[in-house]
Order: sequence, then C-alpha cells, then structure tokens
Amino acid sequence: MKFGVVVFPGSNCDHDTYHVVSKVIGQPVDFIWHKEEQIDRFDAIILPGGFSYGDYLRSGAIARFSPVMRSVRQFAEEGGLVMGICNGFQILCEAGLLPGALLRNRDLRFICEHINIRVERVDTPFTSACEPRQVLSLPIAHGEGNYFCDPETLDALEREGRVIFRYCDAEGSVTDESNPNGSLNNIAGICNSERNVLGLMPHPERASESLLGSSDGRAIFLSMADSLREMIKLRA
Amino acid sequence: MLAKVFVTLKNGVLDPQGKAIHHAAESIGYQGIADVRQGKYFEIQLDAGLDEALARSQVEKFAHDVLSNPVIEDYRVEIS
Repeated sequence: MKFGVVVFPGSNCDHDTYHVVSKVIGQPVDFIWHKEEQIDRFDAIILPGGFSYGDYLRSGAIARFSPVMRSVRQFAEEGGLVMGICNGFQILCEAGLLPGALLRNRDLRFICEHINIRVERVDTPFTSACEPRQVLSLPIAHGEGNYFCDPETLDALEREGRVIFRYCDAEGSVTDESNPNGSLNNIAGICNSERNVLGLMPHPERASESLLGSSDGRAIFLSMADSLREMIKLRA
Repeated sequence: MLAKVFVTLKNGVLDPQGKAIHHAAESIGYQGIADVRQGKYFEIQLDAGLDEALARSQVEKFAHDVLSNPVIEDYRVEIS
C-alpha cells in the first residue's frame, strides 16, 4: 500500500501529513509535486492543508487547474481513496469532486483552535475504525471553512448519509454554539456518493500523537490503512 | 480592447464581509444604506485585433470556469 501527499506551491501541512502516515501509522508514503501526472503507483491520495497559490482568487481555485488534479480526478473515478484536508477540501470542492463551497467564516475571523466533531457515519473507508457517533477533538485553522451548498444538494447529502463529520460540543450534541464558522447543518466533512472521496476542514494530521494534545485524528488514517488493506486483498 | 468582469455572490449566499462594511458605514454615520454586498472586479486587456465575438466567448468562458465559482457566485461581462 502506498499513500501520496500532493504538494502545491503554498501547501504547508504536507510534511505533517507525511509524518503521520509514515511514522505514526507506519505506511509507505511519497510526496507528489503538483506538476506530476503519473500517480498510478499510489493507493490513496491526500490533498493537504495550506494556502495553495496564496489562496488567490478563491481558496483552491487555482490549485484545481494544476496538472496533478486531472490525474486525481481520474484516480477518484476509478475508485481510489482521496482525502482533502482543509485547503485540500476547498480544492476538491473547486474541482467539483465534492459538491458545495467553503465560504468566509461567519464572523470573518481566521479561527485556530481545537474543536469537537462527531463521526456521523462509519460506513466509509475514512471512518471505519471509528465508533458510531464518536466525538473527535481536532484542531481547525481556517478563514474560509463555512460550508455552503444549495438546498437540493444539502438534502441529497443528508439523505444519502454523506455528511461524515459535524461540529459538536464535548458531549457530541450538535449545537449552533459549537459551530465555529457558520457551516450549514454544522458540516465539518462530507464524502462523494461513491464514498471514496472525503473532504474535511479539521486537521487530523495535527492531532495524531498524544504529545500534540490529541491523538483522535489517528482513527482517520488507521481507517484508511485498514480499508486499503481490504481493497488490495480484494484486488489480488 | 478591454473586458470587465464583475463577480458577485448569488442571492441567498451569506456575505459576512458585506455585512461588516454595512455596519461600519452605519456606525460612521452614513445614512440610507440598506445593504452592502462585496464582490470582485477584473480588468482584462485583450489583443487589439481580436474579433469581438471571439473575445466575448473567451471572456465569458474564463469568467464562468475560473474567475467565478458557479456554486456561490454570478458574473457579468462588459467589453469595450
């Protein structure tokens, strides 16, 4: 199994993500420069956080045209696992691999703090190692994390169980007070209808070792590794 | 030839920046300002000899595919 972490100009969580995959969950991983188009050797692709292209125009708007994104789209269509974290989530939305958009935070502030999210669904390759309704304490660090989509899309996301993470309080109650950025329905993470593409605003890679205050993010990387093991077994 | 592209948030999309500007305008003392919506404006210089119909179709496509995000924004193109 091999993970790939895409590096755009301005990515800044690429090394954290690489570290967690290689050192914390112990899986092979390589960086992928955004100009690379050959990504067949990977089993999972992670678009890391950061400020790709300085967030010029809109967050993720220019990164989506990077050469690697054509390959990522094809990789996703073929069933490969793709996870976008923070700026990676914004890029997936801009690229149309996930629906909706991330608007400026409700109160206009860049928010950098630990929040809680509730795992809404464990029937995805990214959350299979979590408990249903498990509360994860993870950091967020974004100015544009306010999830928005039209009412029909929101209905479809809810109906199809594609809201994977919701902002909540420490007990797991989804309240307006626990919504840091104004996201519709407290959405912190969603997946595509095939459930192999996930985007989330919180940073699991910054909370995968207890030394950093929380290791709750590990469950997401461990889920991916478990799922890949199964996928590779089925392929053989 | 100059193309002007105006990108604005769709109706119904929350614009916290516009709201903050509105509040500031009121607190400074400007009167009669009912609402403020913030958008983006692009000036695009086109080759002088470019056919106007081609220019329009190019800029429309650019505005739709790149300069705006159709999920949240509308755009308007003017060519002069």
